[in-house]
Amino acid sequence: MTFEYVEPEDLDEASAALGADEDAVALAGGTAFTLLLRQGLIRPGRVVGLRRLAELRGISAHKGGLRIGALATHREIEMSPHVRALQPALAAAFAAIATIRIRNQATIGGNLAHADPSQDPPPILVALGATIEIAGPAGARRSVPVESFFIDYLSTVLSPGELILGVTVPPAAPKDRAVYHKFLPRSADDYATVSVAASVRLEADGRIAGCRIALGGAGPTPVRARRVEAAVIGRVPTAELIRDAADLVRDEIDPIDDARGSVRYKREMAAVWVRRALTELVA
Amino acid sequence: MALTTRVIRLTVNGHAYERTIRNDRLLVDLLRDDLDLVGTKVGCEIGVCGLCAVLVNGVVLSACLLPAVALDGSTIETVEGLAGPDGQLSPVQRAFIRHGALQCGICTPGQVVTATALLRERPDATADEIRDWMMGSLCRCTGYEGIFDAIASLAADGQAR
Repeated sequence: MTFEYVEPEDLDEASAALGADEDAVALAGGTAFTLLLRQGLIRPGRVVGLRRLAELRGISAHKGGLRIGALATHREIEMSPHVRALQPALAAAFAAIATIRIRNQATIGGNLAHADPSQDPPPILVALGATIEIAGPAGARRSVPVESFFIDYLSTVLSPGELILGVTVPPAAPKDRAVYHKFLPRSADDYATVSVAASVRLEADGRIAGCRIALGGAGPTPVRARRVEAAVIGRVPTAELIRDAADLVRDEIDPIDDARGSVRYKREMAAVWVRRALTELVA
Repeated sequence: MALTTRVIRLTVNGHAYERTIRNDRLLVDLLRDDLDLVGTKVGCEIGVCGLCAVLVNGVVLSACLLPAVALDGSTIETVEGLAGPDGQLSPVQRAFIRHGALQCGICTPGQVVTATALLRERPDATADEIRDWMMGSLCRCTGYEGIFDAIASLAADGQAR
């Protein structure tokens, strides 16, 4: 099933090309696009190649935080000196994605637009409080927190004619710490049975001032574990507090039975990996 | 009437090509069927196995995941381009032979292309870097030791370049 292919030179042209045709699809790195096309899960009438859009490229330090263009590849994020210096947990999460070939091809914008809840970037970006910049028709711009961007499996808040410009990650305070863990019982390049990203801000007196936890493979979208967060914020972390808080995640997630585990098993593993992540961050 | 074909230009192993392709043509099929470069193999067709690894503008990618229409103007290197003009095998190819890093051979083009990309970027690659780069280049014959040793031997003495 072939399609019309266009390569716009600027954002307004790209937005118009995406908005004019109900079954238009944007092409960034092309990993998800090609798999969906071959499986017949998308039948685009028009494909809009984004590669000529310079505004979508580059990774820069931005007021102590990061601005990552939508076309930045996973490998570019993994290797970026800015990302490594300012958000090492983000660099580590991207370094652990699939294989070098996928990291060389897949882009952060394409990953987010694809909205696969088992993939790695969304949980760590939610834990770091990142925001997605969106370009729309006639120069329209809006920002959406990553955690509010996904509405269902493979489904986002993007409207026809909108595309992702980039992602901004807010500055981390000196004592902020973050980590991403994925539970991979099968192979290192597999999707996780469940994955957990967590960030913690510690007060000088040892209390947890802030905490954000997000899980992958745990529902139709990435899931934020707000009840776990609420149970630890304002408290001095002890092994018992963390264990009891982590257990709350069992009922916060909505996983499915599949080859990577049963629902019950995934709820148990989510609690185990939330506990390990928090324990590591407050150590 | 929407146009569903395009003329694209590629440089493959130093030769310039211009072809009219359907917009849904994948690079791996273009290489093998249109350009007769069958050294690049087809395996899983979902980007997992590494058989179809090629270099696009110097970057190792899975040719089975790449719509060729989006590569207009790119420079491609395949296993056929690694040997010198006189047929002399590349250092990586010779190391694979020296270390018995192949058996049936179907994964070998992808392994050799991936290792070449690694050693260009990291001429003194560490053991961890070798494992990270080669993970996802699946071999079902050798058990990987020979492949690792072949690459490590070049990384150690800097002759990869």
